[in-house]
Amino acid sequence: MTRKSRRLYFVLLGLLGLGAGLALVLTAFNDNIVFFFSPTEVAAKHPKPDQRLRVGGLVVDGSVQKNGTEVVFTVTDMSNVLPIKYVGILPDLFREGQGIIAEGHMGPDGIFAANEVLAKHDEKYMPKEVADALKKSGRWQEGSNAKHPAPENAQR
Amino acid sequence: MHRFANPTQFMRIANAIYPWVAGVAILCFLFGLPIALITSPADYQQGNTVRILYLHVPAAVLAEMIYYAMAAGSAAYLIWRHPMANLVAKASAPMGAMFTALCLICGMLWGEPMWGTFWVWDARLTSTLIMFFFYLGYLALGDAFEDPERGDRASAILALVGVVNVPIIKFSVNWWNTLHQPASLSLTKSNMSGDMLLPLFLMMGAYAAFYVTVLIIRVRSELLAAKIRNARMSQIAAMPQMAE
Amino acid sequence: MDAFRDFLDMGGYAVWVWSAYGISALSLIGMLVWSVRTLKARQKEFDVLKNSRG
Repeated sequence: MTRKSRRLYFVLLGLLGLGAGLALVLTAFNDNIVFFFSPTEVAAKHPKPDQRLRVGGLVVDGSVQKNGTEVVFTVTDMSNVLPIKYVGILPDLFREGQGIIAEGHMGPDGIFAANEVLAKHDEKYMPKEVADALKKSGRWQEGSNAKHPAPENAQR
Repeated sequence: MHRFANPTQFMRIANAIYPWVAGVAILCFLFGLPIALITSPADYQQGNTVRILYLHVPAAVLAEMIYYAMAAGSAAYLIWRHPMANLVAKASAPMGAMFTALCLICGMLWGEPMWGTFWVWDARLTSTLIMFFFYLGYLALGDAFEDPERGDRASAILALVGVVNVPIIKFSVNWWNTLHQPASLSLTKSNMSGDMLLPLFLMMGAYAAFYVTVLIIRVRSELLAAKIRNARMSQIAAMPQMAE
Repeated sequence: MDAFRDFLDMGGYAVWVWSAYGISALSLIGMLVWSVRTLKARQKEFDVLKNSRG
């Protein structure tokens, strides 16, 4: 074996080892890399009231109620729902049917008390006229976001 | 490939394509910027902030592509000792760092009005920041040694270590749930309307041509630096009393 | 004139859009100027060295 091919195999083996090690680490820390949980996962986890976590889902149509600065709404992952209350300014993209992520903790009343609400948007970009036309013709597919609150779909 | 290892051959090709890529860069900017800023439509959800996409996405794509180029150059340098491959990697690194920084900054300026935050530690944003640190590390390590060859080798190894992070940036939005949305474009489908794709592709072309243009300038510069070093060495060698 | 003001206003997102474009433009121009200047300086340095050797 020449020195050059030895160096080639050394680099390839090194990259392979590094990749395998990293894959193991990422799998082991999977729960920490996941940015938010779906209402289904929250229901299964029974988080303690002092445990901070993030939940994500689509804002249910017609669920948003504003009382002064407090907002109460429900998010869904299409199989479970979770009510959320929040006091503060909502991001511009917050609207019904839109994906959001809330950070906070579960209240004893089963309502998630959020300190922060972030709006998630999907990968679709189009002018308003196109979106209206799609909705009118019935070709609008709602909720490419909907599959993301359940990470199982994407992973396995 | 070995043909490119020869600096004269390399520069002959580089000089031949130089005016063309510079022209493409100018043309793409000239057509792309007005379309991106004026004639392209606002998004149905995000309004005019979608115009940041025409900077953010090309910067992200270039940042990743340049990292792959830098890692490939570093590998060729480590394995076959191609000096030209090393020079291309070295000339690429500052631009890769710049495009990563622009991707992050434009992303933050977009995230604040739309998501409601400049920054979150989700998998996409974090892995991109890690790539930025690898670029900075590459740049710093190259200058950290007395012997330039040792510096080159150390930074080349660092570039190869960091390359495993780059696919993670790409797939982070599919592997984990993140605040960042998944890709809008793939080889087979697009979730973007055509009048938004046009400015995106023009700006991508502009950024890519800009990279190649400045790369040629920087490789010329690196070659001259090597020549200056050699000339100094031979001067010192010619004057033994000075070398003491 | 109103159309121009609308363009500058970016639907209320002027701060975000224009700072993104501004920072990007400055960075790219800066990178180009820095690279060209370095090349010129080294060319000069190399010419001086070559002449001094005769």
